[in-house]
Amino acid sequence: MSGFLTFTVIGIFTGAAYAVAASGLVVTYSTSGIFNIAHGAVGMLMAFVYWELVVPMHVPQVVALPLVVLVLAPLFGALLERVVRGVRGNSLAVTLVVTVGIMVFLMGAVQGIWPATSRVAPTFFVHHSFRLLGVSVTFHQAITILVAVGIAVGLRFLLYRSRVGIAMRAVVDNRELAGLNGARPARVASLSWALGSSLAALAGILIAPQLQLNVLNLTLLVINAYAAAMVGRLRNLPMTFAGAVGIGLLQSYAVGYLPTTGGFWGSTPIQGLRLSIPVLVLFAVLLVLPQDRIEGARLALTRTAVGVPSLQRSILGGVVLVGAVAVGSGFLSAGNLVRMGIGLALGLIMLSLVPLTGWGGRVSLCQMTFAGLGAFAMARWGQGGSVIGLCAAVALAGAVGAVVSLFVVRLRGLYLALATMAFATAMDNMFFPAPFAFGFDGSVHVPRPSLLGLHVGGNRSFVIFLSVVFALISVGLYALRRGRFGRLLAATKDSEAACATLGLSLTATKLSVFAFSAGLAGLAGALFGGMQSVAGSTDFLMLQSLPILLALVLGGVATCSGALFGGLSLGALSVVVSYYPRLSFLQLLAPGLAPLTLARFPDGLIPGLLGRFQQAFPAPTGRGSDALDREEVPVVEVAPPLAEAVNG
Amino acid sequence: MRSSDLSPGPGLGTVPPAPPAPVIELIGLKAAYGRIEVLHGIDLVVTPGTVLALLGPNGAGKSTTLKVASGRLAPTEGCFHVMGRHVNGIAPDTLARAGLCTIPEGRAVFPNLTVLENLRMMTYSGAGRRDVEERAFERFPRLAERRRQLAGTMSGGEQQMLAMARALSAEPAVLLLDEISMGLAPLVVGELYEVVGQIAAEGVAILMTEQFAQAALKVADQVALMTHGRIVAAGRADELPSDLAEAYLGGSALPATPIQELS
Repeated sequence: MSGFLTFTVIGIFTGAAYAVAASGLVVTYSTSGIFNIAHGAVGMLMAFVYWELVVPMHVPQVVALPLVVLVLAPLFGALLERVVRGVRGNSLAVTLVVTVGIMVFLMGAVQGIWPATSRVAPTFFVHHSFRLLGVSVTFHQAITILVAVGIAVGLRFLLYRSRVGIAMRAVVDNRELAGLNGARPARVASLSWALGSSLAALAGILIAPQLQLNVLNLTLLVINAYAAAMVGRLRNLPMTFAGAVGIGLLQSYAVGYLPTTGGFWGSTPIQGLRLSIPVLVLFAVLLVLPQDRIEGARLALTRTAVGVPSLQRSILGGVVLVGAVAVGSGFLSAGNLVRMGIGLALGLIMLSLVPLTGWGGRVSLCQMTFAGLGAFAMARWGQGGSVIGLCAAVALAGAVGAVVSLFVVRLRGLYLALATMAFATAMDNMFFPAPFAFGFDGSVHVPRPSLLGLHVGGNRSFVIFLSVVFALISVGLYALRRGRFGRLLAATKDSEAACATLGLSLTATKLSVFAFSAGLAGLAGALFGGMQSVAGSTDFLMLQSLPILLALVLGGVATCSGALFGGLSLGALSVVVSYYPRLSFLQLLAPGLAPLTLARFPDGLIPGLLGRFQQAFPAPTGRGSDALDREEVPVVEVAPPLAEAVNG
Repeated sequence: MRSSDLSPGPGLGTVPPAPPAPVIELIGLKAAYGRIEVLHGIDLVVTPGTVLALLGPNGAGKSTTLKVASGRLAPTEGCFHVMGRHVNGIAPDTLARAGLCTIPEGRAVFPNLTVLENLRMMTYSGAGRRDVEERAFERFPRLAERRRQLAGTMSGGEQQMLAMARALSAEPAVLLLDEISMGLAPLVVGELYEVVGQIAAEGVAILMTEQFAQAALKVADQVALMTHGRIVAAGRADELPSDLAEAYLGGSALPATPIQELS
């Protein structure tokens, strides 16, 4: 019985810390309309700052806590608001990518500032505890619970009773009207981000002693907060608190009462299940949550207008790519050749996102998971480079993608992104570490395929082979985009409402594009594993899907050249890091900066710069170039009156 | 400048010797959405105590003119003066706090806020919370019944009443109204224009756009006709030349039946 009570106290304590984090998420969302994926990363950063103040600098906790929670965190939140402000009014995918970028950037920055060693996070009133119903409760736990309750009451009062709180909600409803009322929308928005950041900091500081001061753990803590916030449908604070405490209790009881061995499957899935409880809750809540209403007026807000190259142009591009790689690979040292080859393979994985995210407008955060399934299939069934392995990679990833797609087909935008994130995290915990996936030591050899008796075993020939595959897939994708399926995809992205009025059912399109993209990622993953020769259980984590998405968005999410650019950029980055190992944090930090270019080039660097170039030097023929097509249809300029027409 | 400071304006039959200083002045004003120019040089003056109706067909640039006049769209050329000061590119919230009240096109309420919370937002222009609620509920008792209801769940007419409550409570020097009759039943339109007339009687300068010309002409004492981003005629409402009215209103979205007959 006292065991049960102990688990209950621990569960309520963790739940309370989740509740603080989740309430910050809800406040930012309901007062700025942006779901801050980076919420946990802010809390993580602030927990590190707090540690820096308290432990090495010996600042007393009574000073350090208000300094971090009430001064530094709000200032940082206001700074983030300024970053996010630049992309306001863009499609949901773009704003989502910006916060993903902030998250990845902060993780990289903290790794750069505080290199990984073991640190003990400071608690309040160390060694002080009292007994309640025969259970020992530490002061830290009691304070956490009290703080959570206080925040619940305080937020309720702020958002529903005070004028500034009402203004925060009003700004989300109708920013322009809030301004016409005389409220200062920009100031109100900074304030709500400051508040959200402050709550993130508090949650991070409260939970850090439980989790150790670890970049990854603290950042991913936010997934628990996402789940709780989703229970409250991102608006309802009391439900959010109930959800947070529920998740805390569930996790605590799982530690106490789940069996430790899982029979045939080994212990990994059971351990993984325990870790995955919040993720599973998140996934379940997303599935039962009522669907958002289809927004007709959204269509005017998508600014993306990238042309589709003709067959001749895409073939020409492919030939140029293969030629350039064949020549260029001769100039690279052996190590750098592999690094650039891995970059090219990552570009292939990005290519699988082009139809899904670029053309279909659906953000997936689990592309690396599918790539991992592909690498797993290649290692298992592709002995000696058999083509069966490649087929199995496509089939396995595609099949899993189809199943996931069945679950998430009705989700859009943020909800889809979170559901894929939940799926990827569950796979991180339950599949990849298991001995049946990547062996007992966590890595397996992945053979390189041999096609039609042609074995591409050497590094240089394999890199050229990758470029050929890249070119072929690109040509195929563009052909697909020009056809009926591609038009359906574009229609899905532009306006589901308009499609409904045309009598188009998009369910089949949405199901198949997700499975198709997963299969493509599986193929890319098999080749990625082949390029590395080994695939490890930590190569395909959810977090690794994020730089992939960010680099693709930097290059241009709707173009194959964007994927190439993104992949080669990541390759070049790892070349740089190989010369300066101390800069390894750049591998997260630099992709995190990518979304900053979105304010200037919402379509990505490649289409954006190409457009600039062709604007400055117009082609004399005036035919057949992306940028000129774009010139003829000035979507950006037409948008405001169109929006009026739709709203009116 | 508050309405109480204003001398009685024209439209009462007597023209004062020196016209009062205009509260809003648009001089040679051009505006564009991106690279597409939609206003090609607008000259418009609103003096205290007058109700100026901006009439014209769909797409003439009426709403855009109001957007510029409320600070929501910066002009590309020309001058925008408020109370004699050059304010090109001023923020709309600054104008709002300075006594310029704008009721934009569409349902100008916060749908996810309750009626009371919507009224609370109106206090940003300077009025007290009590005064706002009192004036709103006195004029529109139906809002009092629905004070705890989300504004988005009310009928279109009730939402527009809530929006108009801001014009009542803010005690502005200038009121900009954009198509307040849009999509509403004629009975409700009549009630809203009664309120407009009441506010005008207090001496507030009003600039409004309207496609229901008949409804607007009941309260307007000056009229400007717009087509294709230009003002093509302006003058006193009772002097509106009949041929012009036919030319520009007859072919537009004017209803075949005048509003009085409907209601």
